[in-house]
Amino acid sequence: MADVALKIREIARELLDSEKVDVVIGFKKGTLPVMSEPTIIRKASDTKDLIWDATCRLNLCNYLTGRKDRIGIIAKGCDARNIVGHIVENKIKRDQLVIIGVPCTGMADKKVLSDLAGGEVTAYSEAGDQITVSGPAGEKTVSKADVLQSNCCTCIKRNPVIFDEMAGEPVEELSPDNRFADVEAIASMDAAAKWGYFEELLSGCTRCYACKNACPLCYCPTCFVDESRPQWVGKGTDPIDIRTYHFLRAYHCAGRCTDCGACEAACPMDIKMRAFTRKSIKDCVDNYGWETGMKEGVRPPLDTFKTDDPEAFIR
Amino acid sequence: MSYIRIAKASWDGGLEKARKAYELIGPVPEKDSHKYAVLAAGQLPDMGFKSTKLSPKWVVFPQSEVMFEYTLDESKANHHILQEVPAAPGARAVIGIRPYDAKAIQLTKMNFDNKDYKDPFWLRNYERCTFVGLAINEPSSTDFSTSCGTGPFAEEGLDVLLVDAGDAFIAKVLTDKGKKFLSEAGFAEEAGADAAKAVEDLKAKAEAAITSKVSYNKIAGKTIMDLYDAPFWKDVLFGCINCGTCTYACPTCWCFDIQDEVKGTDGVRVRNWDSCMTGLFTHHASGHNPREHEWERTRQRFMHKLKYFVDKYDAGLMCVGCGRCVEQCPANIDIRTVCNTLNDF
Repeated sequence: MADVALKIREIARELLDSEKVDVVIGFKKGTLPVMSEPTIIRKASDTKDLIWDATCRLNLCNYLTGRKDRIGIIAKGCDARNIVGHIVENKIKRDQLVIIGVPCTGMADKKVLSDLAGGEVTAYSEAGDQITVSGPAGEKTVSKADVLQSNCCTCIKRNPVIFDEMAGEPVEELSPDNRFADVEAIASMDAAAKWGYFEELLSGCTRCYACKNACPLCYCPTCFVDESRPQWVGKGTDPIDIRTYHFLRAYHCAGRCTDCGACEAACPMDIKMRAFTRKSIKDCVDNYGWETGMKEGVRPPLDTFKTDDPEAFIR
Repeated sequence: MSYIRIAKASWDGGLEKARKAYELIGPVPEKDSHKYAVLAAGQLPDMGFKSTKLSPKWVVFPQSEVMFEYTLDESKANHHILQEVPAAPGARAVIGIRPYDAKAIQLTKMNFDNKDYKDPFWLRNYERCTFVGLAINEPSSTDFSTSCGTGPFAEEGLDVLLVDAGDAFIAKVLTDKGKKFLSEAGFAEEAGADAAKAVEDLKAKAEAAITSKVSYNKIAGKTIMDLYDAPFWKDVLFGCINCGTCTYACPTCWCFDIQDEVKGTDGVRVRNWDSCMTGLFTHHASGHNPREHEWERTRQRFMHKLKYFVDKYDAGLMCVGCGRCVEQCPANIDIRTVCNTLNDF
């Protein structure tokens, strides 16, 4: 990915030098081996800080919301789909953006890397499709495909759907046999097993809200969990309040979620809350033939009304 | 200073004895990590744990703590009267608390127990505790505790310091409370004359393994407004998504919010952890929010820990260098970078 990073820097430098944008939003090297940090670049001379590798997990579209300046933004496949969503939902204007697309071969799962290293990862590097980590278990080199975040294994759009510049050659799209095997496995459980599954899933949630805050869809000026007049949800550790938060958040994302995985990548407690949003993605595919963020100018299914709605009950 | 040798073979039996006099709290596995929890009958702490995502600050400062209860049922004589929830009885022993977490409780004590104010809820939790610490032989790469007035073998805030010395723990007895705990557990074997040196050697080794440092020697000399208005904040904090991960993981974050929760005619007044990362934090009833923008909230967190606390208490940083916030931040906002940036400004 080193070539991609060089290309990103070159494009970013040109955009800033020619004053086509005021800022460039991308990633810089983190202070921990498996982390990168979202960053804003204002001067061409700082573009040297931009990086690109499998630690660029967060969704940069999250940093666009409501900005008024002219922005260059690095976008992998899922970020680009969220940018489409942001444009559709009027959170950003297309002509404010210069999208630097990056064909993406997936992000490395932090937890998988740490398991591989036998604990704390003390060194991380990438060469081609190989990832090397060091830790208590010594140095290990694996194929990136073996340490991907789970959402990257069922990605439907690795190449950005929308871009102005490209920082690399298109990559082959995946064609997973069954994208929704995980959802079907949960759906096939009986009620008690399903309840147990979700109880276990949410155990450990501290309601730090990293999941919603990492999510580009969660841009309400006041989130329902913060609303105090009236207060919708209790603020303590009552399991009912925790469930309410996760259920409602998932519903808010229905028809809008691109399965970018930023929520899970951000969760400090390793909660796999995509189990909720994955179900809504499948329902949108099954009921409306809808994939989020693939086309500019099309509003999401739960945001529209059509007189030829296939659901018979509505007529 | 006395040293007791606790053969690991006698550890479990000792804890079972101690259980008669104490409710035990200790590190237990949770999913892929560990957490501090009240140990159920027969449950033993996992003393081989590396770290916990959350500190044991909840022992004195629970994430949700019912302070009062009341009824709105007018047929009852005590309706509409707040009644304090009685303190839980009995002594508690916090086994395996790390030295930096014990120091953190001492830092927060300055807020909850001082000459102007004594927080009864915090204090009653604190006073029932005996802190049986466990030294850290192999600090993580994000541990910068030695820069923060503590360290892997620090003793402040502990009643006993346990040091893992292979087939035995060497227990350094630090207070009368600690002495009582060891005697309740039946741990009485005097460690040999070389115990002190063994501990010192392990301590030196652990401290030397910490290469992560912060500098804050120049922060106290700078004026608050210069730092507050410094031009770097917006960019240094750009990646911050304002989740509360750091504030919840932090052993020294002490902000709280008090809420009434009513179901039917029964109500409770609860104290919950608050987080300066949320938009609601110090949002005025008028609608004005003094920390309207995301970066302003994050600035609040760092100014509180690295400047306001430093100026108010003259007791160093409001940070013990445990490294949890660094490890868990989804956006890799690193307090070490921020601290050094403030110091060099």
